Amino acid sequence: MILDSKIPEGALAEKWDKHKFNVKLVNPANKRKYDIIVVGTGLAGASAAATLGELGYNVKAFCFQDSPRRAHSIAAQGGINAAKNYQNDGDSIFRLFYDTIKGGDYRAREANVYRLAQVSVNIIDQCVAQGVPFAREYGGLLANRSFGGAQVSRTFYARGQTGQQLLLGAYSALNRQIAYGKVKMYPRTEMLDLVMVDGKARGIVVRNLITGKIESHSAHAVVLATGGYGNVFFLSTNAMGSNATAAWRAHKKGALFANPCFTQIHPTCIPVSGDYQSKLTLMSESLRNDGRVWVPKTVELAQRLRKGEIKINDIKEEDRDYYLERKYPAFGNLVPRDVASRNAKLVCDEGRGVGASGLAVFLDFADAIKREGQPAIAAKYGNLFEMYAKITDENPYESPMRIYPAVHYTMGGLWVDYNLMTNIPGLYATGECNFSDHGANRLGASALMQGLADGYFVIPYTIGDYLAQTPYAKVSTEHPAFKEAEQNVKAITDRLLSIKGNRTVDDFHKALGQIMWDYCGMARNAEGLQFAKQEIRKLRDEFWQNVKVTGVNEELNQTLEKAHRVADFLELGELMVDDALNRNESCGGHFREEYQTPENEALRDDENYAYVAAWEYTGPGNQAILHKEDLKFENVKLTQRSYK
Amino acid sequence: MDLTLKIWRQKDKNSAGQLVTYPLNGISPDMSFLEMLDVLNEELLVKGEEPVAFDHDCREGICGMCSLFINGRAHGPERGTTTCQLHMRHFKHGDTITIEPWRAAAFPVHKDLIVDRSAFDRIQQAGGYVSVNTGGVPDANEIPIPKTIADKAFDAATCIGCGACVAACKNASAMLFVSAKVSQLAMLPQGKVEAKTRVENMVAQMDVEGFGACSNTGACAAECPVGISLDNIAMMNREYLGAKASSENV
Repeated sequence: MILDSKIPEGALAEKWDKHKFNVKLVNPANKRKYDIIVVGTGLAGASAAATLGELGYNVKAFCFQDSPRRAHSIAAQGGINAAKNYQNDGDSIFRLFYDTIKGGDYRAREANVYRLAQVSVNIIDQCVAQGVPFAREYGGLLANRSFGGAQVSRTFYARGQTGQQLLLGAYSALNRQIAYGKVKMYPRTEMLDLVMVDGKARGIVVRNLITGKIESHSAHAVVLATGGYGNVFFLSTNAMGSNATAAWRAHKKGALFANPCFTQIHPTCIPVSGDYQSKLTLMSESLRNDGRVWVPKTVELAQRLRKGEIKINDIKEEDRDYYLERKYPAFGNLVPRDVASRNAKLVCDEGRGVGASGLAVFLDFADAIKREGQPAIAAKYGNLFEMYAKITDENPYESPMRIYPAVHYTMGGLWVDYNLMTNIPGLYATGECNFSDHGANRLGASALMQGLADGYFVIPYTIGDYLAQTPYAKVSTEHPAFKEAEQNVKAITDRLLSIKGNRTVDDFHKALGQIMWDYCGMARNAEGLQFAKQEIRKLRDEFWQNVKVTGVNEELNQTLEKAHRVADFLELGELMVDDALNRNESCGGHFREEYQTPENEALRDDENYAYVAAWEYTGPGNQAILHKEDLKFENVKLTQRSYK
Repeated sequence: MDLTLKIWRQKDKNSAGQLVTYPLNGISPDMSFLEMLDVLNEELLVKGEEPVAFDHDCREGICGMCSLFINGRAHGPERGTTTCQLHMRHFKHGDTITIEPWRAAAFPVHKDLIVDRSAFDRIQQAGGYVSVNTGGVPDANEIPIPKTIADKAFDAATCIGCGACVAACKNASAMLFVSAKVSQLAMLPQGKVEAKTRVENMVAQMDVEGFGACSNTGACAAECPVGISLDNIAMMNREYLGAKASSENV
């Protein structure tokens, strides 16, 4: 299989404009003859569904939540990047492109990332026009803050709730199209299979989560905007329902899965407090603008602190190690996420961690409060401080927060070309669901940018090019391909319900998460990964013999919903391990202990691994086949990433 | 700590429900309320009983999916807190905790503690937007908006659509929910253009859905987990009167 990324010819800055001119168009009167399915209603899905409806296509949108407004984009806190250069601090489209490529440790496509930087400016205009209440200065113009991996202030925000405000903007645009009848919304409906006819994506099979009814929907194209797969780890900052099932089942139908080992471990989360824990809560990266990260200088001091023999304030200023500021004076506390996470792990592994478990570092606002006063800090981060206090019962205005890295985002995903189409004709993947823009590490405030770029400004153009070459004729859901996919879904469901074993779905999920975190988390090595692969296979075998799913299909059955998702995680987990084993280098979020510089920084191997690893499914339990898309860098020079 | 839970169990929309008592032991004060229910559900599953169905997703207090009526209060005893952010340290050993779904005619029960809040979506579809298509909009800094106005609009825009306001109101009125969107958009220059039709259409849809009237008790704002202010209702009333006074659809 040859992977054609379909990157347009020409100079980097002209590719997208040229491509927009070259793509085929669908006449306005003919758009109503095409049906498009959009799965997922987060930033990428809601913006795509709304915009495609505005253009005149017939859209069917699906989400598993009770309302499209609940999608997990809503929880994004810090902000959204855009190369507006409103601050006159030297930002430009090229600089945003450069920062994103460098931040991704040179494992993303230049052309995609440049386009992302180009349309970023349109996103902010669009959101303001929708009534999104971004933060403003006293003069009435938009405010910006800075974020990790950048030396300019280009992040637009709405207190610590930027994702909520952007999603509600996209949701309002979606609602408008629902009211016009151009989008038909199916909430509480979960995609369980992709339907292909003559090698093209022509529909999906879904389960109605209220009645359990298995239904088919036919269309001319299918867009998956179903988010990432961070919940493979069980504990993550994802929502409880976030899952990989739609993407994974498309993978099993032939869509390649790219760079699955690229997962982002976010440095600032509230540490784990007990084995009952169901999820981890993020503390926005924006806090690193004002918070200073430190641990005690010596192991002995850290031990005494953990035992309660001394208090935080007993540790003198000279006995505190502000290790990020010390090691990376240029970026300080604002180094990219992978660097910050790895350093937190390093100091904790040295025995200098804090908190009862020793798996935490301090994020201290004392200096910022002294400098700006408590009201100013509250205005910037009030809701985050409240959230921290609610969860930990500690007041972060008085004592420093304790934080530790947690799984947050997945850069890998379905392989897509420049048009965001997978290798299956007519199947698209947008937002976190695809792999395309963040390389091996995503910079803060770039996820919202990518989701909305894909949905508002990329797919509305590129999908037209495909549809213009597709006949109007619809495929009936009575077609054998639909019936076969329905039978497949029913067979999996029946099997899950009939096992009646002794171990709960959550128990399997937690066991998988522990394997992934221990061996395919912040640091990986070949031996551990090989062990993890065997353990995952064992666990998966046990799952299919011993899982306990109560109830029946024909009802609201949350255990059955979870069982479907965990069954897929148990397969995806193995592919992540395979990918991590294959990539004999360290880059971004993928840190192989065998490949590091003397200063413990990631050691890339550009000669052998400057490629996208796209995996092909070959049947249950079989080894996936690797396909490579070589990455060509013509506009940036590959260097050892340095934030010193 | 050890607790006694009284939980509303209901098979589906058409079946009658009842409170069922479950003892639950060994709960840590650091658990969230929903993690406590996870523990109960794992115990029920092991015993081969059907777990309690409840809505939840982000567990960070922002998605608005969780929706429990705990000891007679929406989202439980803590002010300004969603159920997922409520921690067991606010209860004590030996407590009996009653857990019910939102109770409102416009929110029929799907199962156990899960209700149907699609009425909220339909109200938003009636006008909770600015009618702009993607593309062709002015530069984001073209229209300055005073910071005070932007901040107020933001405060209204933080509504998470959970429905606690309806559950807390003795009339099951949706005024706080509807007014939050109406005033957010009425305050901003982008939303002013359609302010009149918006408020008329959204209020009309609210009535169609069967929500009750507002009698200004303020229970909604008191129980709102994100602190949406009653001022929004006053503003919506003003907007509505103004719209009706000059409306063509009186």
